[in-house]
Amino acid sequence: MTHSGKQTIFKPKQQDFLIDVRGLTVDFDIGNHYVRALHGVDLSIRRGETLGVVGESGCGKSITWLAVLGLLGGGAKVSGSARFDGQELVGLTPRQLTAFRGGRIALIFQDPASALNPVHRIGRQIAEALRLHRGLTGKAAKEEARRLLDRVGISNAAQRLNEYPHELSGGMNQRVMIAMALAGEPDLLIADEPTTALDATIQAQILDLLRDLQAETHMAMALISHDLGVIADMADRVSVMYAGRVIEEASAEALFERPAHPYTRGLIGALPDIDGPRHRLEAIPGAVPAPSALPPGCAFSDRCSHVETICHKGPPILGLVGGEDDHSAACVRLDAIEDQELNLASQPSKLVHQRAGLQEGVEA
Amino acid sequence: MFLYVLSRIARALITVALIITLAFVILRMTGDPATIILGPDAPPEAYEAFRRNWGLDQPLFIQYLSYFAAILKGDLGQSMRDGRAALDVVMERVPLTLLLTVPALLFNLVIGITAGIFAALNRNSWIDRAIMTASVTGFTVPSFVMGLVLALIFAVKLKVLPSGGSETWQHTILPSVTMGLIGAAIIARFTRSAMLEVLGQPYIRTASAKGLNWTDVVIQHALPNAAIPTLTIIGFMIGSLVAGAVVVESIFSWPGVGRLLVGAVANRDLAVVQVILILIGFTMVLANLIVDLAYGVIDPRLRHSTPAK
Ligand SMILES: Nc1ncnc2c1ncn2[C@@H]1O[C@H](COP(=O)(O)OP(=O)(O)O)[C@@H](O)[C@H]1O
Ligand SMILES: [Mg+2]
Repeated sequence: MTHSGKQTIFKPKQQDFLIDVRGLTVDFDIGNHYVRALHGVDLSIRRGETLGVVGESGCGKSITWLAVLGLLGGGAKVSGSARFDGQELVGLTPRQLTAFRGGRIALIFQDPASALNPVHRIGRQIAEALRLHRGLTGKAAKEEARRLLDRVGISNAAQRLNEYPHELSGGMNQRVMIAMALAGEPDLLIADEPTTALDATIQAQILDLLRDLQAETHMAMALISHDLGVIADMADRVSVMYAGRVIEEASAEALFERPAHPYTRGLIGALPDIDGPRHRLEAIPGAVPAPSALPPGCAFSDRCSHVETICHKGPPILGLVGGEDDHSAACVRLDAIEDQELNLASQPSKLVHQRAGLQEGVEA
Repeated sequence: MFLYVLSRIARALITVALIITLAFVILRMTGDPATIILGPDAPPEAYEAFRRNWGLDQPLFIQYLSYFAAILKGDLGQSMRDGRAALDVVMERVPLTLLLTVPALLFNLVIGITAGIFAALNRNSWIDRAIMTASVTGFTVPSFVMGLVLALIFAVKLKVLPSGGSETWQHTILPSVTMGLIGAAIIARFTRSAMLEVLGQPYIRTASAKGLNWTDVVIQHALPNAAIPTLTIIGFMIGSLVAGAVVVESIFSWPGVGRLLVGAVANRDLAVVQVILILIGFTMVLANLIVDLAYGVIDPRLRHSTPAK
């Protein structure tokens, strides 16, 4: 088996993808100059597929999707390409983008309590999306909003329509957000840390709901999380992000069984044991560098235990991992570190346990 | 909601009582009205008679109680100058003051809120900077300077408006604009920061992500929310209108409540000063009460007494 594969740039077949993001960059205007926060991100999702996007906080997971939909505001410069069902989104005017936002592409966010407007009734906020994307108003909109609330598992839906976000729990508000997202009958749902603000039982229920809805509607999903347990539970494929770049990409199975990049290995090594206390283990020392303070070369080099002089030469690009045709990583030392045992043998089973644990939470 | 309204009304009543007390304390502590009204050369018997007449020979506490009891009966005393009911003396000036303050208020709300919203929506652009520079100038310049400068420009130099008096409607323009500009400067600043705060909230991003165009996001999801903090400052502005009229009425020789107050203080006409202080306090309390009730209408979180589950 040759290892020259990692020199080949990973190039999937374009036509399969519902969304195909290539070389996406984001620069933020910070007063007198621009700081690059995304350095050419490549991501793609097939119809009906769930892409897990994982990485520590500050890696650029959220701004990737906000940039795709033009939601970063005037201070951000976006370039690169994001083709959605053949249509290029980067460079569209805000008015052209409104047709996609909340319609074919819906978003739900991390903190459901503050993501809903506190002064408007739930029903009104859902009806707004129904008017925009399905042309429903008045009684028809109200009836459909009630049906959607019912569908996302909110009891007393008719009554809830007249309530305000502060009268609902966090989990309920996230269900409302999901109902609002469904209002546009999206082909792609971007779920940005949808369960991070919720406690474990509710988290499992929301994930189950998303899984059910996906089975029912065949929508594709980008599930953003810094929690590998959630990703393992939900994703078909996974993109690992670090400091504004995708540094590893593979099917969920391959990623958890054969993580290649030292960062991914570190993240998986940091998974809490299901039997132990539920806190994050500090397996990777240090923190994600700020976009304005990246080390030269590989952005992970200052935290990496495999770092060599070559790592500082320039940022590594994604290349196929030896022996696999659907698994790529951005590290120049893959060959050298591949054989090192990182005590990963027990990890897959740990994840399976974790999944079981989440399921138990639902029944409880 | 009912409890909320009730508690706000109770708070307003207590504040009014405190203002009445304060008016009494301040005025009795700052000099002897008998000396000032009768002059320093009057015979001692005249002082005696004056004090007895006005109840000033009683212990302070008794004076306070009878003062309070009288107010509850609607009797606010007589002007020590001409013996007419103090309330009448003040009330006949109120319409004149309203003639200045109501246009000033409308002017400052319309200009101030519009400018504040535009500044926030164009944050850090030249529009924002121009509006904020004007706003800072507007409220750092004292009102008498602003009034004098406007009078200098429009009355003395351009001769298009009268500099003082109350004969025609043109006489209201300079004093109203003086008050309005200062108010607008304050409102613009508060509206801007309230808008910026709201525009940074996650629900604004949700509204955009839903597919609303930016105009609708601003109108439906930013303005109602930004109105909540802006209301506070509007209440404060309404409350301070009469107080603000004192300076402006003096500059432009406008015979309203403000100028009456200046004269009554100089003459130690206690009852009149008291009535005006109470009137000012009362406007402030009333304005705040209205604002509190409006909060309840706009902000559902206040309306519901049940805490979030
Ligand atoms: N409006 C902004 N201006 C400047 N920097 C920003 C802005 N939004 C995000 N960033 C920076 O971009 C990086 C990626 O942010 P984000 O995508 O929110 O990370 P996460 O992976 O946690 O979702 C972070 O370093 C963040 O500080
Ligand atoms: Mg994020």
